[in-house]
Amino acid sequence: MSPKPPGQRQETRAALCFLLPNLIGFLLFTAWPVVASFALSLTSWDLLTPPRWAGLENYSNLLGFHRTVEGLRANDPDFWKYLGNTLFLMLVIPVNMAGSLALALALNRKMRFSYVYRVIFFLPSILAGVAIFYLWRWMYNPDFGLINAALATIGIEGPRWLTDPQWAKPALMAMSVWLGVGGGSMILYLAALQGVPTDLYEAAEIDGAGAWQKFRVITWPSVMPVTFFIFTMALIGGFQSGFDMAYIMTGGGPFGSTTTIGYYIYTKAYVLFEMGYASAVAYVLFVIVLAVTLVNWKRGGNQLQ
Amino acid sequence: MKNRFGFLWHIPLILLGVTFLLPLAFMLATALSRPGEAMQATDSFTAMLWPRSWQWENFAEVWRVVPFLRYYANSLFVAVVVTCGQVFTSACAAYAFSRLRWPGRDKLFLAYLATMMVPHSVTMLPNFVAMKILPEWLTAVLPGIDWLAMRYIGSGPDAIPIGRLVGLDSYFALIVPGMFSAYGTFLLRQFFLGLPKELDEAAKIDGCSYWQIFRLVIIPLALPGLATLTIFTFMGIWGSFLWPLVVTNQEFLRVLPVGLQAFQGQYGTEWHLMMAAALLMLLPIVGIFLAGQRFFVSGLTIGAVKG
Repeated sequence: MSPKPPGQRQETRAALCFLLPNLIGFLLFTAWPVVASFALSLTSWDLLTPPRWAGLENYSNLLGFHRTVEGLRANDPDFWKYLGNTLFLMLVIPVNMAGSLALALALNRKMRFSYVYRVIFFLPSILAGVAIFYLWRWMYNPDFGLINAALATIGIEGPRWLTDPQWAKPALMAMSVWLGVGGGSMILYLAALQGVPTDLYEAAEIDGAGAWQKFRVITWPSVMPVTFFIFTMALIGGFQSGFDMAYIMTGGGPFGSTTTIGYYIYTKAYVLFEMGYASAVAYVLFVIVLAVTLVNWKRGGNQLQ
Repeated sequence: MKNRFGFLWHIPLILLGVTFLLPLAFMLATALSRPGEAMQATDSFTAMLWPRSWQWENFAEVWRVVPFLRYYANSLFVAVVVTCGQVFTSACAAYAFSRLRWPGRDKLFLAYLATMMVPHSVTMLPNFVAMKILPEWLTAVLPGIDWLAMRYIGSGPDAIPIGRLVGLDSYFALIVPGMFSAYGTFLLRQFFLGLPKELDEAAKIDGCSYWQIFRLVIIPLALPGLATLTIFTFMGIWGSFLWPLVVTNQEFLRVLPVGLQAFQGQYGTEWHLMMAAALLMLLPIVGIFLAGQRFFVSGLTIGAVKG
């Protein structure tokens, strides 16, 4: 045992004082709730009558299957449908990433007004939220909205977007492109592109490489770590997202076609007051996010080296 | 040759930029239209993008038809208090995590990092339950105070309702759970780690206490970091919707994102007022964005590069 340096005890005490305000809040509002919601998920509780111990019942009702005359049926088909919706809406992630990279490549050169473009593309992601969701609900208004008016000018009669089960999801995804394509990921890509040494390109040019070859051999590998980071964060966010958007724009409809897992938890917990069941859904979501993170982290670790 | 045709590069960018701005132009045009005018069909697409009338009056009307001033004041109050609280607690904790040595430091920090992965809905459920039962629980423990009563500032007909002291329908519920953030701690720790260690040593030799080192050395040097967190937190709280939606029922406790629903009338949405109100809600965000742009970039990259 090495002797403690003088003042170490004092330093520890100071550290505790600095940490305390944050730590108390962290324990009360983050760490403890993680445990508490698991405990909740093992009960059946409507907040009015005392909670009833339910064991793994919520989980089997949520994830289990039962046999019917027609074959195997999910105990909670809604959950699988909403998980499917969530995954479907996440298809916008690669589109946004490709768009962000394209925009970053377009802006990553010496030219006038580059700054103005950047601000314009970035603006929607800053404004994102309830106010913008109302705007897009109005944009998608089939009779007086901007989208169908624009389609009418080229002779297309637009669908009834947000109230059409077939078009509601694509409508939300199109909006997500507008919101996200020039956002944080474009900024990250720009920063990454600026870090690529220019002499690499010069050397490639001397060797007679074309634009596509330069992109494939130099640019793409250089931005790989950023691509990986953006993708991981977007996946983690994607599984949890969709509530605000759907609540304002579609109410989760039509026919549940825009209800995501996040929306399902809201409905179960704060509308139907099935706290135990809602906690079980939330915990399943947690496990999904955890798995995605761990897989990405393991694979990404190799990629970064 | 490249330079002579360089302007061609601007053509797709200009087209794209204009397309990006169209929804916002439509928003402004609607906000400036006369009542019912937005719901009149036009055959021209361009007519929808340019205000048909310049009804600036709408921006005044918004404050009259619903308690918009109260929503605005609530939003500002909550966002300012949460931001101050979160920046303060995060900065203190980040100092302990980055500049001081103590047993268990890195393990605890890892626990902080790990919770950043937990979905919001997981922690929100028990927090909601806690807010629900807190007044009753406090009544049992501290019966001297009426924890369930709705409170007012002043008395008589002019009294201003402020909800309960704690629990659902209280400013406590809107503010306190937001004041602590693992993300904020992480962000500031990264900033603090970038400052040279010799500064602390020198200040220590000069006889500074830890608090003085924090106040007089670290904070002034980490101002860009603090500004970044301030901006991110303020914007996050300003736009946050789900938590205020579930913990408040009273109209006088609504914040702007929840309050906008008031323009969805019984007989359909009054879009000219809704868009005017939405623009008023976005105004501070645009201001912050234009004033603090460089902090956005640093905030985004610090999470990516060092995370």
